[in-house]
Amino acid sequence: MDSYTTKIRELSANLLKDEKVDFIIGFKQGTIPMAASPHIAKTSEQAEQFIWDNNCRINLANYLTSRKEKIGIIAKGCDCRNIVTHIIENKIKREQLHIIGVPCNGMIDKIKVSSLFDEEITGYSETDEVITIKTLSDEKNINKTEVLKSNCMTCTHRNPVIYDELVADLVEEQQIEDQFSDVRLIEEMTADEKWNHFDNLLKNCIRCYACRNACPLCYCPTCFVDESGPQWVGKGQDPTDIRTFHYLRAYHCAGRCTDCGACVEACPMDINVRDFTRKLNKDSLEIYGWEAGLTLEQRPPLDTFTPDDPNDFIK
Amino acid sequence: MKFISIDKKDWAKGIEASRKTYTLFGPVKDKNSFLIKKLENDILPEMDYNDCVMSAKSVIFPQTEKMLVTSLDESQEDHHIMKKSETDTSPRAVLGIRPYDAKAMELVKLNFDTEDYRDPYWCDAYEATTFVGLGINKPGPFDFSTSTGSGPFEEAGLDVLLADFDDKYLAKILTDKGEAFMDTCGFKTSADETESGVLFDVLKKEAEKNIASHIDTDKLKEKILLELHEAPFWDDFAFSCINCGTCTYVCPTCWCFDIQDETKHKSSIRIRNWDTCMSSLFTRHATGHNPRSTKTQRVRQRFMHKLKYFLDKYDQGIMCVGCGRCVKSCPVNIDIREVCKMMNSYEKQN
Repeated sequence: MDSYTTKIRELSANLLKDEKVDFIIGFKQGTIPMAASPHIAKTSEQAEQFIWDNNCRINLANYLTSRKEKIGIIAKGCDCRNIVTHIIENKIKREQLHIIGVPCNGMIDKIKVSSLFDEEITGYSETDEVITIKTLSDEKNINKTEVLKSNCMTCTHRNPVIYDELVADLVEEQQIEDQFSDVRLIEEMTADEKWNHFDNLLKNCIRCYACRNACPLCYCPTCFVDESGPQWVGKGQDPTDIRTFHYLRAYHCAGRCTDCGACVEACPMDINVRDFTRKLNKDSLEIYGWEAGLTLEQRPPLDTFTPDDPNDFIK
Repeated sequence: MKFISIDKKDWAKGIEASRKTYTLFGPVKDKNSFLIKKLENDILPEMDYNDCVMSAKSVIFPQTEKMLVTSLDESQEDHHIMKKSETDTSPRAVLGIRPYDAKAMELVKLNFDTEDYRDPYWCDAYEATTFVGLGINKPGPFDFSTSTGSGPFEEAGLDVLLADFDDKYLAKILTDKGEAFMDTCGFKTSADETESGVLFDVLKKEAEKNIASHIDTDKLKEKILLELHEAPFWDDFAFSCINCGTCTYVCPTCWCFDIQDETKHKSSIRIRNWDTCMSSLFTRHATGHNPRSTKTQRVRQRFMHKLKYFLDKYDQGIMCVGCGRCVKSCPVNIDIREVCKMMNSYEKQN
């Protein structure tokens, strides 16, 4: 990914030098192994800190919400789809943005990697297809494809959807035969099994709201769980309140979620938050032929109405 | 100092014996990490753990805790009178707690048990608990506890400190509470004091040597509070913050809470929940005024509280034990070690 890093720095420095943008949002090297940290560069020196590697998992569209400045942004496929969604939802204007598109080969799953080792990871490095992990007493090379994030494994939009410049040639998109096998497994469960599955999924939730706050879609001025007059949802650890938060948040993402995986990435408790949103993505595709964030030309299905909208769900 | 030798073959039996008197808590494997949980019958603590995403603070300070209860049924004489909820103060023990987590309890105690006020919920739970720590032979890469006045074999806040010697534990008995727990377990094989002391020392020195991460805190005390408050670096640190509560919830020393009333049918309870200064709701006034309405103000609050206000108020070090959990769990890798470095070295430019 060194060539990506070099190109990102070069394009960013030029943009800032030519004063085409007020600042650029990208990633810098994290302070710990397998981490990249969102970074804002206002000067070409700060742009020198930009990097690109297999750990740029966070969705940077999240940092654009309601900004007024002229902004450069380093955006992989899913970030771009959320930028499109932001533009459609009037959270930012296309004219405000200079998008440096990053054709993406997927990010690695830090938990999958950690689970391969008994000890904590002390070092990380990568070449194109291989990552090297160090622990106190071990060192291993792992093929990147073996530890891809699960949403990256089924991603069919690795290339930026909209962009002003690219850091590299577009990559070949994956052909995925069965994109929703994980959802089908849950669909096939009995009602009780489903209930248990989701209960089990949420049993360690600490309501830190990292999933919500990492999600570019979650920009409500006051989230329904934070509303205090009147208060709609209890704020404690009552399982009903925890469920209510997750179920309602997921429905609020229906037809909008790009499956970027930022929610899962942010969760400190290793909760596969995508188990909620994936079903809604599947429904969006099957019912409306819709995948979020692919075009600026069309309104999302859930904010339009046509008399021939599918209504099979009304029993 | 008294030492007891515990053959690991006897460990399970001893722990089982302690259940008659104690409710047990300890590390349990959960998916890819470990959590400190109540040890249900037949579940033994998995002492050989290397990563524990949450600290042991919830054993004393649950994320949601019932404080007061009342009835809204007006046919009852004492309706709408809030009364203290029944709390369980029977003996409990936390097994395998990280030494820095026990040290953190001591720091938290400074807030909950003061000359003017004693928080009955926290203090009762604390007093009911025996802390059986396990020295960390191989500190992880996030551990910077030796820079914070703690360390892998820190004894502060512990009742017993265990050291793992492959086929046995050597237990250093630190308090009467600790001795009582060992008695209940039936662990009675005394170990030679001098020899055990040396063995402990060797392990401790080796472990401390393996800690690669350090911070300097020596100048924080002399810094002028308002100058740090107005320092120019806060915006940079705050930029990437998404204002989730992860850092505060995984932190063993974060103790802020929020009080809520909840009503169901004719009964009402008053609970307290962990609060987080990262949330825009934190200390928001009923008038709608928010003392920290911006992200930068909230991020600054967290670090100033940990590294400056607490230090100035109590003069007992910083409110951080160097466990590194916030560094590891932060979704955007905001690193308290970096913030501390900036604060400790900050000189105001005129």
